Amino acid sequence: MYDMKAYYESESVQHAIELRLAHPEAHIIAGGSDVLVQMREGKRAGVELISIFMLDELRGVTIDEEENIRIGSLTSFSHITKNPIIQQYINVLGEAVDQVGGPQIRNIGTIGGNTCNGVTSADSASTLHAWEAIVELTGPKGVRRIPIKDFYLKAKVVDIREGEIQTAILIPKASYENTYGYYIKYAMRNALDIATNGCSVNVRLSEDKKTFDRVRVAYGVAGPVPMRCPNTEAFINGKEVTMENIEAFAQKVLEDINPRDSWRASKALRQHVAVESAKRCIIESVKRAGGEL
Amino acid sequence: MGKQYKLVRYNLNGKDVEQMVDVRASLTDMLRNDYRMTSVKKGCEVGECGACTVLINGEAFNSCIYLAVWADGKKIRTLESLLGPNGELADIQQAFIDEAAIQCGFCTPGFIMSSVEILESGKEYTDAELRKLLSGHLCRCTGYENIIRAVKKTMYKRLGKEMPQE
Ligand SMILES: Cc1cc2nc3c(=O)[nH]c(=O)nc-3n(C[C@H](O)[C@H](O)[C@H](O)COP(=O)(O)OP(=O)(O)OC[C@H]3O[C@@H](n4cnc5c(N)ncnc54)[C@H](O)[C@@H]3O)c2cc1C
Ligand code: FES
Ligand code: FES
Repeated sequence: MYDMKAYYESESVQHAIELRLAHPEAHIIAGGSDVLVQMREGKRAGVELISIFMLDELRGVTIDEEENIRIGSLTSFSHITKNPIIQQYINVLGEAVDQVGGPQIRNIGTIGGNTCNGVTSADSASTLHAWEAIVELTGPKGVRRIPIKDFYLKAKVVDIREGEIQTAILIPKASYENTYGYYIKYAMRNALDIATNGCSVNVRLSEDKKTFDRVRVAYGVAGPVPMRCPNTEAFINGKEVTMENIEAFAQKVLEDINPRDSWRASKALRQHVAVESAKRCIIESVKRAGGEL
Repeated sequence: MGKQYKLVRYNLNGKDVEQMVDVRASLTDMLRNDYRMTSVKKGCEVGECGACTVLINGEAFNSCIYLAVWADGKKIRTLESLLGPNGELADIQQAFIDEAAIQCGFCTPGFIMSSVEILESGKEYTDAELRKLLSGHLCRCTGYENIIRAVKKTMYKRLGKEMPQE
Protein backbone atom coordinates (compact mmCIF):
# COMPACT_ATOMS: atom_id res chain seq x y z
CA MET A 1 0.00 0.00 0.00
CA TYR A 2 1.20 3.45 -0.81
CA ASP A 3 1.05 6.18 1.80
CA MET A 4 -1.45 8.33 -0.08
CA LYS A 5 -3.88 10.90 1.27
CA ALA A 6 -6.31 10.95 -1.66
CA TYR A 7 -6.51 9.90 -5.28
CA TYR A 8 -8.21 11.65 -8.20
CA GLU A 9 -8.51 10.07 -11.66
CA SER A 10 -8.63 12.49 -14.62
CA GLU A 11 -11.21 11.61 -17.24
CA SER A 12 -10.06 14.17 -19.82
CA VAL A 13 -7.43 16.89 -20.13
CA GLN A 14 -10.10 19.43 -19.16
CA HIS A 15 -11.00 17.36 -16.11
CA ALA A 16 -7.31 17.14 -15.13
CA ILE A 17 -7.10 20.94 -15.23
CA GLU A 18 -10.22 21.24 -13.05
CA LEU A 19 -8.75 18.74 -10.58
CA ARG A 20 -5.49 20.71 -10.53
CA LEU A 21 -7.36 23.91 -9.72
CA ALA A 22 -9.50 22.21 -7.08
CA HIS A 23 -6.53 20.45 -5.42
CA PRO A 24 -3.51 22.72 -5.86
CA GLU A 25 -1.45 20.69 -3.34
CA ALA A 26 -1.90 17.42 -5.20
CA HIS A 27 0.92 15.86 -7.24
CA ILE A 28 0.39 14.82 -10.85
CA ILE A 29 1.13 11.17 -11.55
CA ALA A 30 1.73 9.92 -15.09
CA GLY A 31 3.55 6.53 -15.26
CA GLY A 32 4.57 6.95 -11.62
CA SER A 33 8.10 5.59 -11.99
CA ASP A 34 9.44 8.67 -10.20
CA VAL A 35 6.40 9.56 -8.08
CA LEU A 36 5.66 6.09 -6.65
CA VAL A 37 9.32 5.41 -5.88
CA GLN A 38 9.54 8.74 -4.05
CA MET A 39 6.38 7.88 -2.11
CA ARG A 40 8.02 4.65 -0.98
CA GLU A 41 11.18 6.53 -0.05
CA GLY A 42 9.11 8.89 2.05
CA LYS A 43 9.91 11.98 -0.01
CA ARG A 44 6.34 12.19 -1.23
CA ALA A 45 4.69 10.23 1.56
CA GLY A 46 1.12 11.19 2.42
CA VAL A 47 0.48 13.24 -0.71
CA GLU A 48 -2.69 13.61 -2.77
CA LEU A 49 -2.39 12.34 -6.34
CA ILE A 50 -4.04 13.48 -9.55
CA SER A 51 -3.59 10.67 -12.06
CA ILE A 52 -3.45 11.43 -15.77
CA PHE A 53 -2.39 7.84 -16.59
CA MET A 54 -5.74 6.80 -18.10
CA LEU A 55 -5.78 9.64 -20.68
CA ASP A 56 -5.06 7.65 -23.85
CA GLU A 57 -5.55 10.84 -25.90
CA LEU A 58 -2.10 11.89 -24.64
CA ARG A 59 -0.43 8.76 -26.08
CA GLY A 60 1.14 8.36 -29.49
CA VAL A 61 3.31 10.08 -32.08
CA THR A 62 1.86 11.97 -35.06
CA ILE A 63 2.80 14.65 -37.58
CA ASP A 64 0.52 17.66 -37.10
CA GLU A 65 -0.80 20.22 -39.67
CA GLU A 66 2.34 22.35 -39.29
CA GLU A 67 4.47 19.23 -39.92
CA ASN A 68 5.75 19.18 -36.35
CA ILE A 69 6.42 15.75 -34.89
CA ARG A 70 3.95 15.62 -32.01
CA ILE A 71 4.72 13.23 -29.14
CA GLY A 72 1.88 12.94 -26.63
CA SER A 73 3.20 13.44 -23.11
CA LEU A 74 2.06 10.01 -21.91
CA THR A 75 3.82 8.10 -24.69
CA SER A 76 6.02 5.46 -23.08
CA PHE A 77 9.70 5.12 -23.90
CA SER A 78 9.23 1.73 -25.58
CA HIS A 79 6.47 3.11 -27.80
CA ILE A 80 8.68 6.03 -28.82
CA THR A 81 11.51 3.67 -29.77
CA LYS A 82 9.20 1.44 -31.83
CA ASN A 83 7.40 4.31 -33.57
CA PRO A 84 7.99 4.59 -37.36
CA ILE A 85 7.81 8.43 -37.38
CA ILE A 86 10.50 8.61 -34.71
CA GLN A 87 12.62 6.03 -36.53
CA GLN A 88 12.40 7.97 -39.77
CA TYR A 89 12.97 11.55 -38.57
CA ILE A 90 14.56 11.53 -35.11
CA ASN A 91 15.87 8.04 -34.57
CA VAL A 92 18.33 9.29 -31.95
CA LEU A 93 15.44 10.06 -29.58
CA GLY A 94 14.21 6.47 -29.82
CA GLU A 95 17.75 5.25 -29.18
CA ALA A 96 18.22 7.58 -26.21
CA VAL A 97 15.06 6.52 -24.42
CA ASP A 98 15.90 2.88 -25.14
CA GLN A 99 18.71 3.35 -22.60
CA VAL A 100 16.41 4.30 -19.72
CA GLY A 101 16.34 1.80 -16.82
CA GLY A 102 15.33 -1.67 -18.05
CA PRO A 103 12.55 -2.98 -20.31
CA GLN A 104 9.77 -2.75 -17.69
CA ILE A 105 10.71 0.85 -16.84
CA ARG A 106 10.63 1.71 -20.53
CA ASN A 107 7.08 0.34 -20.73
CA ILE A 108 5.82 2.53 -17.88
CA GLY A 109 8.01 5.66 -18.00
CA THR A 110 6.67 8.54 -20.10
CA ILE A 111 8.42 11.32 -21.96
CA GLY A 112 6.24 13.83 -20.10
CA GLY A 113 7.46 12.51 -16.75
CA ASN A 114 11.05 12.47 -17.98
CA THR A 115 10.90 16.20 -18.73
CA CYS A 116 8.50 17.42 -16.01
CA ASN A 117 10.79 15.97 -13.33
CA GLY A 118 13.35 18.62 -14.34
CA VAL A 119 16.18 16.13 -13.84
CA THR A 120 19.46 16.84 -15.66
CA SER A 121 20.32 13.14 -16.09
CA ALA A 122 16.99 12.27 -17.74
CA ASP A 123 17.86 10.27 -20.85
CA SER A 124 15.51 12.15 -23.19
CA ALA A 125 16.54 15.62 -21.99
CA SER A 126 19.78 16.28 -23.86
CA THR A 127 18.35 15.06 -27.16
CA LEU A 128 15.20 17.18 -26.74
CA HIS A 129 17.42 20.20 -26.03
CA ALA A 130 19.67 19.46 -28.98
CA TRP A 131 16.63 19.27 -31.30
CA GLU A 132 15.06 22.45 -29.85
CA ALA A 133 11.86 20.70 -28.81
CA ILE A 134 8.77 22.73 -27.96
CA VAL A 135 6.88 21.89 -24.78
CA GLU A 136 3.09 22.13 -24.94
CA LEU A 137 1.23 22.88 -21.72
CA THR A 138 -2.54 22.97 -21.40
CA GLY A 139 -4.17 24.89 -18.59
CA PRO A 140 -7.16 27.03 -17.60
CA LYS A 141 -6.11 29.75 -20.06
CA GLY A 142 -5.67 27.34 -22.95
CA VAL A 143 -2.56 26.00 -24.65
CA ARG A 144 0.90 27.45 -24.15
CA ARG A 145 3.96 26.41 -26.17
CA ILE A 146 7.49 27.20 -25.03
CA PRO A 147 11.01 26.21 -26.09
CA ILE A 148 12.36 23.40 -23.93
CA LYS A 149 15.27 25.53 -22.69
CA ASP A 150 12.77 27.93 -21.12
CA PHE A 151 10.77 25.06 -19.63
CA TYR A 152 13.67 24.10 -17.34
CA LEU A 153 13.95 26.79 -14.63
CA LYS A 154 16.48 25.19 -12.30
CA ALA A 155 17.42 21.75 -10.99
CA LYS A 156 14.18 19.75 -10.64
CA VAL A 157 11.98 22.80 -11.27
CA VAL A 158 10.13 23.35 -14.55
CA ASP A 159 7.69 25.98 -15.75
CA ILE A 160 4.33 24.33 -15.07
CA ARG A 161 1.83 26.92 -13.88
CA GLU A 162 -1.35 26.78 -11.86
CA GLY A 163 -3.81 24.28 -13.28
CA GLU A 164 -1.52 23.20 -16.12
CA ILE A 165 -0.37 19.81 -17.34
CA GLN A 166 2.12 19.04 -20.06
CA THR A 167 0.22 17.62 -23.06
CA ALA A 168 2.85 17.17 -25.79
CA ILE A 169 6.41 17.60 -26.95
CA LEU A 170 6.84 18.92 -30.47
CA ILE A 171 9.81 18.79 -32.82
CA PRO A 172 9.45 21.46 -35.55
CA LYS A 173 10.15 20.54 -39.17
CA ALA A 174 12.99 23.07 -39.44
CA SER A 175 14.62 21.17 -36.61
CA TYR A 176 14.36 17.61 -37.94
CA GLU A 177 14.61 18.08 -41.71
CA ASN A 178 17.83 16.57 -43.16
CA THR A 179 19.15 16.26 -39.62
CA TYR A 180 20.89 13.23 -38.12
CA GLY A 181 21.97 12.72 -34.56
CA TYR A 182 23.59 10.43 -32.04
CA TYR A 183 23.40 10.06 -28.24
CA ILE A 184 25.88 8.58 -25.80
CA LYS A 185 24.91 7.72 -22.25
CA TYR A 186 27.93 7.18 -20.03
CA ALA A 187 27.04 5.15 -16.94
CA MET A 188 28.64 2.49 -14.76
CA ARG A 189 26.50 -0.37 -16.06
CA ASN A 190 24.41 -0.97 -19.17
CA ALA A 191 21.03 -1.35 -17.49
CA LEU A 192 19.29 0.30 -14.56
CA ASP A 193 21.81 3.06 -14.02
CA ILE A 194 21.53 6.83 -14.15
CA ALA A 195 23.76 8.69 -16.62
CA THR A 196 27.07 10.11 -15.35
CA ASN A 197 27.09 12.03 -18.60
CA GLY A 198 24.62 12.28 -21.46
CA CYS A 199 25.71 13.82 -24.77
CA SER A 200 23.48 14.38 -27.80
CA VAL A 201 24.75 15.83 -31.07
CA ASN A 202 22.99 16.35 -34.39
CA VAL A 203 24.20 17.66 -37.73
CA ARG A 204 22.77 19.00 -40.96
CA LEU A 205 25.36 18.98 -43.73
CA SER A 206 25.55 21.16 -46.86
CA GLU A 207 24.18 19.63 -50.06
CA ASP A 208 27.61 18.33 -51.15
CA LYS A 209 28.04 17.00 -47.58
CA LYS A 210 31.40 18.73 -47.20
CA THR A 211 30.43 21.53 -44.80
CA PHE A 212 28.72 21.61 -41.40
CA ASP A 213 25.58 23.57 -42.15
CA ARG A 214 24.15 23.29 -38.61
CA VAL A 215 25.49 21.41 -35.60
CA ARG A 216 23.73 21.28 -32.24
CA VAL A 217 25.18 19.84 -29.06
CA ALA A 218 23.51 19.33 -25.71
CA TYR A 219 24.47 17.65 -22.46
CA GLY A 220 22.74 16.18 -19.47
CA VAL A 221 24.58 16.02 -16.12
CA ALA A 222 27.04 18.72 -17.21
CA GLY A 223 25.17 21.27 -15.11
CA PRO A 224 22.06 21.50 -12.88
CA VAL A 225 19.78 21.39 -15.95
CA PRO A 226 20.36 19.99 -19.44
CA MET A 227 22.25 22.52 -21.58
CA ARG A 228 23.20 23.47 -25.14
CA CYS A 229 26.75 24.48 -26.10
CA PRO A 230 26.56 27.85 -27.91
CA ASN A 231 30.33 28.47 -28.22
CA THR A 232 30.99 25.00 -29.54
CA GLU A 233 28.17 25.26 -32.07
CA ALA A 234 29.27 28.73 -33.28
CA PHE A 235 32.79 27.37 -33.72
CA ILE A 236 31.85 24.44 -35.96
CA ASN A 237 28.98 25.86 -38.02
CA GLY A 238 30.12 26.68 -41.56
CA LYS A 239 33.37 24.74 -41.18
CA GLU A 240 34.51 21.89 -43.38
CA VAL A 241 33.80 18.31 -42.40
CA THR A 242 37.31 17.19 -41.39
CA MET A 243 38.74 15.22 -38.47
CA GLU A 244 40.82 18.23 -37.51
CA ASN A 245 37.74 20.40 -37.11
CA ILE A 246 36.01 17.63 -35.18
CA GLU A 247 38.92 17.34 -32.72
CA ALA A 248 38.88 21.10 -32.12
CA PHE A 249 35.08 21.04 -31.78
CA ALA A 250 35.23 18.35 -29.09
CA GLN A 251 37.79 20.32 -27.04
CA LYS A 252 35.66 23.43 -27.35
CA VAL A 253 32.82 21.93 -25.28
CA LEU A 254 34.89 22.56 -22.14
CA GLU A 255 34.16 26.28 -22.62
CA ASP A 256 30.43 25.60 -22.45
CA ILE A 257 29.92 22.99 -19.76
CA ASN A 258 30.52 23.03 -16.06
CA PRO A 259 30.41 19.51 -14.59
CA ARG A 260 30.92 19.02 -10.88
CA ASP A 261 32.80 16.70 -8.57
CA SER A 262 30.54 14.15 -6.91
CA TRP A 263 30.66 10.66 -5.46
CA ARG A 264 29.56 9.36 -8.84
CA ALA A 265 32.50 10.82 -10.79
CA SER A 266 35.18 13.50 -10.52
CA LYS A 267 35.07 16.70 -12.52
CA ALA A 268 38.15 15.59 -14.47
CA LEU A 269 36.53 12.30 -15.47
CA ARG A 270 33.32 14.07 -16.45
CA GLN A 271 35.24 16.55 -18.63
CA HIS A 272 37.14 13.74 -20.30
CA VAL A 273 33.93 11.81 -20.97
CA ALA A 274 32.21 14.96 -22.29
CA VAL A 275 34.96 15.66 -24.83
CA GLU A 276 35.22 12.05 -25.98
CA SER A 277 31.42 11.69 -26.23
CA ALA A 278 31.12 14.89 -28.31
CA LYS A 279 33.71 13.54 -30.70
CA ARG A 280 32.13 10.11 -31.07
CA CYS A 281 28.64 11.59 -31.38
CA ILE A 282 29.56 14.01 -34.15
CA ILE A 283 31.48 11.35 -36.09
CA GLU A 284 28.48 9.03 -35.95
CA SER A 285 26.10 11.87 -36.86
CA VAL A 286 28.22 12.77 -39.91
CA LYS A 287 28.14 9.13 -41.03
CA ARG A 288 24.37 8.98 -40.63
CA ALA A 289 24.06 12.21 -42.64
CA GLY A 290 25.96 10.56 -45.48
CA GLY A 291 29.17 12.56 -44.96
CA GLU A 292 32.68 11.17 -45.25
CA LEU A 293 35.63 11.46 -42.89
CA MET B 1 -9.88 11.35 4.79
CA GLY B 2 -11.31 7.84 5.29
CA LYS B 3 -10.47 4.88 3.14
CA GLN B 4 -11.06 5.45 -0.55
CA TYR B 5 -12.10 2.60 -2.87
CA LYS B 6 -12.61 2.35 -6.61
CA LEU B 7 -14.23 -0.31 -8.79
CA VAL B 8 -11.90 -1.89 -11.35
CA ARG B 9 -12.98 -4.25 -14.13
CA TYR B 10 -10.28 -6.12 -15.99
CA ASN B 11 -9.27 -9.46 -17.42
CA LEU B 12 -7.01 -11.61 -15.26
CA ASN B 13 -5.42 -14.64 -16.90
CA GLY B 14 -8.27 -14.89 -19.41
CA LYS B 15 -11.13 -14.33 -16.96
CA ASP B 16 -13.15 -11.10 -16.64
CA VAL B 17 -13.11 -9.94 -13.04
CA GLU B 18 -14.16 -6.92 -11.02
CA GLN B 19 -12.98 -5.74 -7.68
CA MET B 20 -13.45 -2.85 -5.26
CA VAL B 21 -9.89 -1.86 -4.59
CA ASP B 22 -8.21 0.46 -2.12
CA VAL B 23 -6.77 3.33 -4.20
CA ARG B 24 -3.50 3.04 -2.25
CA ALA B 25 -2.89 -0.54 -3.43
CA SER B 26 -0.22 -1.43 -5.94
CA LEU B 27 -1.09 -4.00 -8.59
CA THR B 28 1.16 -6.42 -6.67
CA ASP B 29 -0.97 -5.88 -3.54
CA MET B 30 -4.20 -6.55 -5.41
CA LEU B 31 -2.96 -9.62 -7.30
CA ARG B 32 -1.50 -11.23 -4.17
CA ASN B 33 -4.09 -10.28 -1.58
CA ASP B 34 -7.34 -10.35 -3.55
CA TYR B 35 -6.54 -13.12 -6.05
CA ARG B 36 -3.78 -15.15 -4.34
CA MET B 37 -1.52 -14.77 -7.37
CA THR B 38 1.53 -15.47 -5.23
CA SER B 39 3.83 -15.88 -8.23
CA VAL B 40 3.92 -12.08 -8.18
CA LYS B 41 6.75 -11.50 -5.71
CA LYS B 42 7.44 -8.52 -3.51
CA GLY B 43 11.15 -7.85 -3.89
CA CYS B 44 12.47 -4.30 -3.89
CA GLU B 45 9.06 -2.66 -4.47
CA VAL B 46 10.75 0.24 -6.26
CA GLY B 47 11.02 -1.02 -9.82
CA GLU B 48 14.56 -2.36 -9.76
CA CYS B 49 14.49 -6.14 -9.40
CA GLY B 50 11.66 -7.35 -11.66
CA ALA B 51 10.39 -10.01 -9.21
CA CYS B 52 6.86 -8.58 -9.50
CA THR B 53 6.72 -8.57 -13.32
CA VAL B 54 3.37 -9.26 -15.00
CA LEU B 55 2.14 -8.74 -18.56
CA ILE B 56 -0.32 -5.91 -19.12
CA ASN B 57 -1.84 -5.89 -22.63
CA GLY B 58 1.13 -8.04 -23.68
CA GLU B 59 3.91 -5.85 -22.29
CA ALA B 60 6.03 -6.50 -19.18
CA PHE B 61 5.49 -4.16 -16.23
CA ASN B 62 6.75 -4.05 -12.67
CA SER B 63 3.45 -4.45 -10.79
CA CYS B 64 4.96 -2.94 -7.63
CA ILE B 65 5.06 0.53 -9.21
CA TYR B 66 1.72 0.21 -11.00
CA LEU B 67 -1.41 1.32 -9.18
CA ALA B 68 -4.11 -1.35 -8.86
CA VAL B 69 -6.77 1.12 -10.05
CA TRP B 70 -4.93 1.38 -13.39
CA ALA B 71 -5.81 -2.28 -14.10
CA ASP B 72 -9.25 -1.07 -15.23
CA GLY B 73 -9.93 -2.21 -18.80
CA LYS B 74 -6.62 -4.08 -19.13
CA LYS B 75 -5.66 -7.69 -19.84
CA ILE B 76 -3.32 -8.89 -17.12
CA ARG B 77 -1.33 -12.12 -17.13
CA THR B 78 0.66 -13.68 -14.32
CA LEU B 79 2.76 -16.84 -14.22
CA GLU B 80 -0.32 -18.78 -13.05
CA SER B 81 -1.74 -18.43 -16.59
CA LEU B 82 1.01 -20.65 -18.00
CA LEU B 83 -0.07 -23.86 -16.27
CA GLY B 84 -1.96 -26.37 -18.40
CA PRO B 85 -5.42 -27.71 -17.35
CA ASN B 86 -3.85 -30.54 -15.31
CA GLY B 87 -1.09 -28.42 -13.87
CA GLU B 88 1.36 -29.12 -16.71
CA LEU B 89 4.32 -26.77 -16.96
CA ALA B 90 4.80 -24.58 -20.03
CA ASP B 91 7.86 -25.14 -22.25
CA ILE B 92 9.62 -22.10 -20.80
CA GLN B 93 9.04 -23.28 -17.23
CA GLN B 94 10.38 -26.76 -18.09
CA ALA B 95 13.41 -25.15 -19.76
CA PHE B 96 14.20 -23.22 -16.55
CA ILE B 97 14.20 -26.54 -14.67
CA ASP B 98 16.21 -28.42 -17.31
CA GLU B 99 18.87 -25.72 -17.51
CA ALA B 100 19.13 -25.26 -13.72
CA ALA B 101 18.06 -21.65 -14.21
CA ILE B 102 16.38 -21.74 -10.77
CA GLN B 103 17.92 -21.91 -7.33
CA CYS B 104 15.84 -20.17 -4.68
CA GLY B 105 13.21 -19.35 -7.31
CA PHE B 106 12.31 -15.88 -6.08
CA CYS B 107 13.24 -14.14 -9.34
CA THR B 108 11.87 -16.92 -11.56
CA PRO B 109 8.22 -15.90 -12.14
CA GLY B 110 9.35 -12.41 -13.12
CA PHE B 111 12.02 -13.68 -15.51
CA ILE B 112 9.53 -16.09 -17.03
CA MET B 113 6.92 -13.40 -17.65
CA SER B 114 9.47 -11.22 -19.46
CA SER B 115 10.49 -14.34 -21.39
CA VAL B 116 6.85 -14.90 -22.39
CA GLU B 117 6.78 -11.43 -23.97
CA ILE B 118 10.08 -12.17 -25.74
CA LEU B 119 8.94 -15.59 -26.99
CA GLU B 120 5.50 -14.45 -28.11
CA SER B 121 7.05 -11.76 -30.33
CA GLY B 122 8.06 -14.67 -32.59
CA LYS B 123 11.41 -13.00 -33.29
CA GLU B 124 14.89 -14.48 -33.24
CA TYR B 125 17.11 -12.47 -30.93
CA THR B 126 20.89 -12.44 -30.58
CA ASP B 127 22.47 -13.17 -27.19
CA ALA B 128 23.15 -9.46 -26.72
CA GLU B 129 19.51 -8.62 -27.43
CA LEU B 130 18.27 -11.30 -25.04
CA ARG B 131 20.52 -9.95 -22.29
CA LYS B 132 19.13 -6.46 -22.86
CA LEU B 133 15.54 -7.71 -22.92
CA LEU B 134 16.09 -9.50 -19.59
CA SER B 135 18.10 -6.72 -17.97
CA GLY B 136 15.16 -5.54 -15.88
CA HIS B 137 15.56 -8.53 -13.55
CA LEU B 138 17.99 -9.29 -10.77
CA CYS B 139 18.92 -12.83 -9.72
CA ARG B 140 21.09 -13.31 -6.65
CA CYS B 141 21.64 -17.05 -7.15
CA THR B 142 22.16 -18.37 -10.65
CA GLY B 143 24.62 -15.98 -12.26
CA TYR B 144 22.24 -15.48 -15.21
CA GLU B 145 23.99 -17.77 -17.72
CA ASN B 146 21.53 -20.63 -17.27
CA ILE B 147 18.58 -18.24 -17.45
CA ILE B 148 19.74 -16.85 -20.78
CA ARG B 149 20.28 -20.41 -22.03
CA ALA B 150 16.78 -21.51 -20.96
CA VAL B 151 15.17 -18.62 -22.83
CA LYS B 152 17.38 -19.09 -25.86
CA LYS B 153 16.67 -22.80 -26.05
CA THR B 154 12.91 -22.23 -25.86
CA MET B 155 13.15 -19.45 -28.44
CA TYR B 156 14.83 -21.78 -30.96
CA LYS B 157 12.43 -24.61 -30.17
CA ARG B 158 9.42 -22.39 -30.80
CA LEU B 159 10.99 -21.05 -34.00
CA GLY B 160 11.50 -24.66 -35.13
CA LYS B 161 15.22 -24.03 -35.58
CA GLU B 162 18.37 -25.70 -34.38
CA MET B 163 20.06 -23.77 -31.55
CA PRO B 164 23.55 -22.65 -32.70
CA GLN B 165 26.48 -24.24 -30.82
CA GLU B 166 27.88 -21.99 -28.07
C1 LIG C 1 14.39 1.44 -11.56
C2 LIG C 1 14.32 2.77 -12.25
C3 LIG C 1 15.30 3.11 -13.19
C4 LIG C 1 15.25 4.33 -13.85
N1 LIG C 1 16.22 4.61 -14.77
C5 LIG C 1 16.17 5.78 -15.46
C6 LIG C 1 17.16 6.07 -16.47
O1 LIG C 1 18.05 5.27 -16.75
N2 LIG C 1 17.06 7.25 -17.13
C7 LIG C 1 16.08 8.14 -16.88
O2 LIG C 1 16.04 9.19 -17.52
N3 LIG C 1 15.15 7.91 -15.91
C8 LIG C 1 15.17 6.75 -15.21
N4 LIG C 1 14.22 6.49 -14.24
C9 LIG C 1 13.27 7.55 -13.85
C10 LIG C 1 11.88 7.52 -14.52
O3 LIG C 1 11.55 6.27 -15.02
C11 LIG C 1 11.76 8.52 -15.65
O4 LIG C 1 12.10 9.81 -15.21
C12 LIG C 1 10.35 8.56 -16.28
O5 LIG C 1 10.40 9.28 -17.47
C13 LIG C 1 9.30 9.18 -15.40
O6 LIG C 1 8.08 9.17 -16.13
P1 LIG C 1 6.72 8.79 -15.39
O7 LIG C 1 5.64 8.94 -16.37
O8 LIG C 1 6.86 7.49 -14.73
O9 LIG C 1 6.70 9.99 -14.35
P2 LIG C 1 5.93 10.22 -12.97
O10 LIG C 1 6.64 9.52 -11.88
O11 LIG C 1 4.49 9.95 -13.13
O12 LIG C 1 6.15 11.80 -12.85
C14 LIG C 1 7.42 12.41 -12.77
C15 LIG C 1 7.26 13.89 -12.44
O13 LIG C 1 6.71 14.61 -13.52
C16 LIG C 1 5.42 15.15 -13.20
N5 LIG C 1 4.62 14.90 -14.39
C17 LIG C 1 4.58 13.72 -15.10
N6 LIG C 1 3.85 13.86 -16.21
C18 LIG C 1 3.38 15.14 -16.21
C19 LIG C 1 2.58 15.90 -17.13
N7 LIG C 1 2.12 15.37 -18.28
N8 LIG C 1 2.30 17.20 -16.82
C20 LIG C 1 2.80 17.74 -15.68
N9 LIG C 1 3.58 17.09 -14.80
C21 LIG C 1 3.87 15.80 -15.06
C22 LIG C 1 5.00 14.46 -11.94
O14 LIG C 1 4.20 15.29 -11.14
C23 LIG C 1 6.33 14.17 -11.27
O15 LIG C 1 6.81 15.29 -10.61
C24 LIG C 1 14.22 5.25 -13.56
C25 LIG C 1 13.23 4.91 -12.63
C26 LIG C 1 13.27 3.68 -11.99
C27 LIG C 1 12.19 3.33 -11.01
S1 FES D 1 9.42 -5.80 -6.50
FE1 FES D 1 8.80 -4.77 -8.26
S2 FES D 1 10.66 -4.43 -9.28
FE2 FES D 1 11.31 -5.25 -7.41
S1 FES E 1 17.10 -18.06 -8.28
FE1 FES E 1 17.37 -17.00 -6.44
S2 FES E 1 17.20 -14.92 -7.05
FE2 FES E 1 17.21 -15.95 -8.90
